[in-house]
Amino acid sequence: MTPRVGVVFDVKRFAIHDGPGVRTTVFLKGCPLRCAWCHNPESQERGPELLFWNERCVGCGACVSTCPHGAIVLPASGAKPETDRTRCTACGACVAVCNPRARTITGTTCTIDGLLTEVDRDALFYDQSRGGITLSGGEPLAQPEFSAELLRACQERRIHTAVDTCGFADEEALAAVAAHTDLFLYDVKLLDDERHRLWTGVSNTTILENLRWLSSEGKHLWIRYPLIPGVNDSEQDLMGLGRFVSRLPGVEAVQILPYHVAGERKFEHLGRRYALPEVLPPDPETVERAAAAVHSAASLPVTIGG
Amino acid sequence: MNERVQRLRTECVTTRPSVSSERAELLTRFERENASVQESTPVHRARGFRYILENETIYIGDDELIVGERGPRPRATSTYPELCCHSLEDLRVLSTRRKTPFLVDDATKKLYESTIVPFWTGKSLRERVFAAMSEDWHAAFDAGVFTEFMEQRAPGHAILDDKIYRHGFLDFKARVAAARDRFRASDVPDRTARVEELDAMEIVCDALVRLAERYADLARRKAAEAKTPLRRAEFLEIAEVCSWVPAHAPRTFREALQMYWFVHLGVVTELNEWDSYNPGRLDLNLYPFYRRDIDEGRLTRDSAKELLECFWVKFSNQPAPPKVGVTEEQSATYNDFTLINVGGVTPEGADAVNELSYLVLDVIEEMRLPYTGSCVQLSKKSPDRFLLRALEVIRKGFGQPSIFNTDAIVQEFLRVGKSLRDARSGGPSGCVEISAFGKESCILTGYMNWPKILELALHDGVDPKSGRRIGPSTGDPRTFESFEQVFDAFEKQLRHFVDVKIEGNGRIERIFAEHMPAPFISVLVDDCIEKGQDYNGQGPRYKSTYIQGVGMGTTTDSLSAIREHVYVRKSLSMERLLQALAADFAGHDAERNLLVHETPFFGNDDDRADDIARRIFDAYFDAIDGRPNTKGGTHRINLLPTTVHVFFGEKVGATPNGRRAGIPLSDGISPTQGADTHGPTAVIRSVGKIDHVRTGGTLLNQRFLPDVLKDEEGLRKVAAIVRTYFRYDGHHIQFNVVDSATLRRAQENPEEYRDLIVRVAGYSDYFHALDRALQEEVIARTAHSEA
Repeated sequence: MTPRVGVVFDVKRFAIHDGPGVRTTVFLKGCPLRCAWCHNPESQERGPELLFWNERCVGCGACVSTCPHGAIVLPASGAKPETDRTRCTACGACVAVCNPRARTITGTTCTIDGLLTEVDRDALFYDQSRGGITLSGGEPLAQPEFSAELLRACQERRIHTAVDTCGFADEEALAAVAAHTDLFLYDVKLLDDERHRLWTGVSNTTILENLRWLSSEGKHLWIRYPLIPGVNDSEQDLMGLGRFVSRLPGVEAVQILPYHVAGERKFEHLGRRYALPEVLPPDPETVERAAAAVHSAASLPVTIGG
Repeated sequence: MNERVQRLRTECVTTRPSVSSERAELLTRFERENASVQESTPVHRARGFRYILENETIYIGDDELIVGERGPRPRATSTYPELCCHSLEDLRVLSTRRKTPFLVDDATKKLYESTIVPFWTGKSLRERVFAAMSEDWHAAFDAGVFTEFMEQRAPGHAILDDKIYRHGFLDFKARVAAARDRFRASDVPDRTARVEELDAMEIVCDALVRLAERYADLARRKAAEAKTPLRRAEFLEIAEVCSWVPAHAPRTFREALQMYWFVHLGVVTELNEWDSYNPGRLDLNLYPFYRRDIDEGRLTRDSAKELLECFWVKFSNQPAPPKVGVTEEQSATYNDFTLINVGGVTPEGADAVNELSYLVLDVIEEMRLPYTGSCVQLSKKSPDRFLLRALEVIRKGFGQPSIFNTDAIVQEFLRVGKSLRDARSGGPSGCVEISAFGKESCILTGYMNWPKILELALHDGVDPKSGRRIGPSTGDPRTFESFEQVFDAFEKQLRHFVDVKIEGNGRIERIFAEHMPAPFISVLVDDCIEKGQDYNGQGPRYKSTYIQGVGMGTTTDSLSAIREHVYVRKSLSMERLLQALAADFAGHDAERNLLVHETPFFGNDDDRADDIARRIFDAYFDAIDGRPNTKGGTHRINLLPTTVHVFFGEKVGATPNGRRAGIPLSDGISPTQGADTHGPTAVIRSVGKIDHVRTGGTLLNQRFLPDVLKDEEGLRKVAAIVRTYFRYDGHHIQFNVVDSATLRRAQENPEEYRDLIVRVAGYSDYFHALDRALQEEVIARTAHSEA
């Protein structure tokens, strides 16, 4: 029996940067990569997690006495509470008593039917704009049965399907999802394996093999390239990317996603340290130059932003 | 734009609005000289109108091609003491208030003191209206339950159709004479009244032709003194045009524009109608002239554009007549709500978008004049090119044009029994209000403050602000055992105030019909001539009276909060809720957090809230729609706020949705500012659950960062949003395309952002011209969209 539930941390409507037209993007929780620049760190762990919004907290202490695991302490009267993440199980007891909504849980278990109800709401917008559903994350391929089932149900409803993936998955998972995917938004971060391991925690061998396989299967592909200053923005990296994707049939476009710092605050909310605090977003001219470099080598449409 | 247009535009935007006492002075003199003349009211008023047009200062600017001002010079605004006689204190306030001030010179003040005020005190219609209203009406009006449109302005929203492009005023005069002959020979019981009305119409036809002759004479004199041969030729051409129209039907594109403008001057000189008259379907009506002139070599695209731009300036040269009191509060703007329509369908149902439609969009984009309002009508037959071009203009960020759904509007018209042809020829005017152009009196009578009515339902009919009982006793809410009882109390209060308002409307309609006939506008509205009846009486083919509902978001969210917390979760007792409201949430942070964060709010595609919105809509609709007015027409509803949601907000204490006392209400049918957290598709789905087809107009504000619209793909996605909203029968959508940081800077340095225009409600205005509360509201809306 196929598991009919998945762990989702957000459903975003009017997603206009995740594929063609107006889309609904379902963000699945859990990712095998640990990219230093991740802007959705709450997507990395598979299970639900507690987010603490320091700026909203009024220091009332209601959470402290409520926590069944004794994970929360008030260091001093009037100070903000501290949570021992090793003891926190994200049970949500503290969330229920937090009036200013300084404590929230990210990640809920969803059924296919529940998500379809959400996705169906904007059907007319998809019709009008040739949009559809996008699975993103986290990593959709990390919940392959669930993702494949959701995509199949969407296709059955004549909703266009896209999957935004890092490509790190075994063949079976990839094939199951690919069978119901009209378009892949496929992340490529670094072609150099050593640096890939350094910055994302995994080798890119599987990722690039999977990409070649999808290409050989005749899949529609948009390549997404996060442009991180000092990591992958050299002329050599960009030209290399261009040349690489130009040899892959099925690649229709390359999207340059300039680094932004939105992820930094989210690390704080998770009680974690951000690995790239000193990197600044690239200026518009740098981004333009990068796009031009990729374009010159790839001879494909290159756009900036999703 | 060329240099001529640039100069005209600069003059328009840099000239400060002023009060001109000339019209008031002329009318007063006329009344004094004719005090003993025995004649009917329509004829008397027609002669007064003619007296003004024969004696007023006329003006032709050095660069103008289209001529004529209401006042003695651009931006000088007439007053209408027969309707509202400004006191000396009013004049002082007008000249010193921070928002929408008017220059008032000493001569004007002196004249008012010596002549105007003494003559009109006790005679003005405003005094008559207030004296005629019941105690209940005054109690509700004072508490801010509703406003009254006709307490200092005349009934308006009359938009022109195509008749003046096919007939001249000599033709109208002949039709008037024929109708009069018919009535003289008939035995209809009130034939004397009809003959008198037609006599009046004959006088006003002559009066307008006479005004044009005066302009022709002035142009000839100016030609004789012209410094260059080119300008001499231009003056002579002006003279030639003014000698032909409005007496005869126009022959060329230019004559058609000048024809319209004379008609406009006639309408706004006769009375200060809500809202400014306008040419309605400009591209549809003028296209035949444009095509013919181009084909026959009299006109080029550029010269047509220049003429249109000269025409565009004229509207912005006419600020709305100075308003005071509640009328100023509900409509704090110089905007007189011209709404020139482009696009739509032809009377036969074909796509009406033509080459001139695109030219007009170019003009809108170049002129950036917020007080010459414009909109596009989008039908399912309109090509995407038309919508995308409109969005490109909208992207410039000055709030124009707004976008209307022709297919929904046609259904709205058909539901209330208009002919298919009249339905297709009509459209929106003012903010979003629809009428059958040239055939309808569509009178907005006042805004209804729904959140105030809910507040009264929560206080057993007693206004917590004053302690006065102003509504019926509907029970102590602490004893209510179900949400149904709360809603019943709200509905009973609502019905009470609707009854009071409709009763007042009837009295005011009779006052206008009896004392303020408007023979000039009557000539222009079918079937006044054929029936020998006045625009303010039974003359128009269709006669609709509107009461505009305000605060859909605030009221829905408040009722939703009560339902969720008092009755479903039982997380808050009614007693505690009322205590928190009475304290304006001081010391009740926990309660307020609960209400703000744990309530299903309107605008999120959440049926728990949206079903309540639907019920409120139905209750309002059932209370009003179809009830007769005194003119043989009916009451209808529409949902729009102008600026009244700010004023109404000041009148309402803290509300159960967590809104603090005095904060503006939600605008139009838009969700409460900041309450919609699921993006524009969810907003559209929520507001799409309201049955727009049963209204005469709804207003939805959406804001986008410039970023969303930056490229073709973005434009197409926003176009898809518009088209989808219209598939849900949405009536109207408009966009504010500015970011909040820009707005904040503009608030701090108004001098540097004098040209920053934002959409306020159904219209656009200069950001610096808005008061602080409204500025804050626009900023909050924008910041929300950026989050």
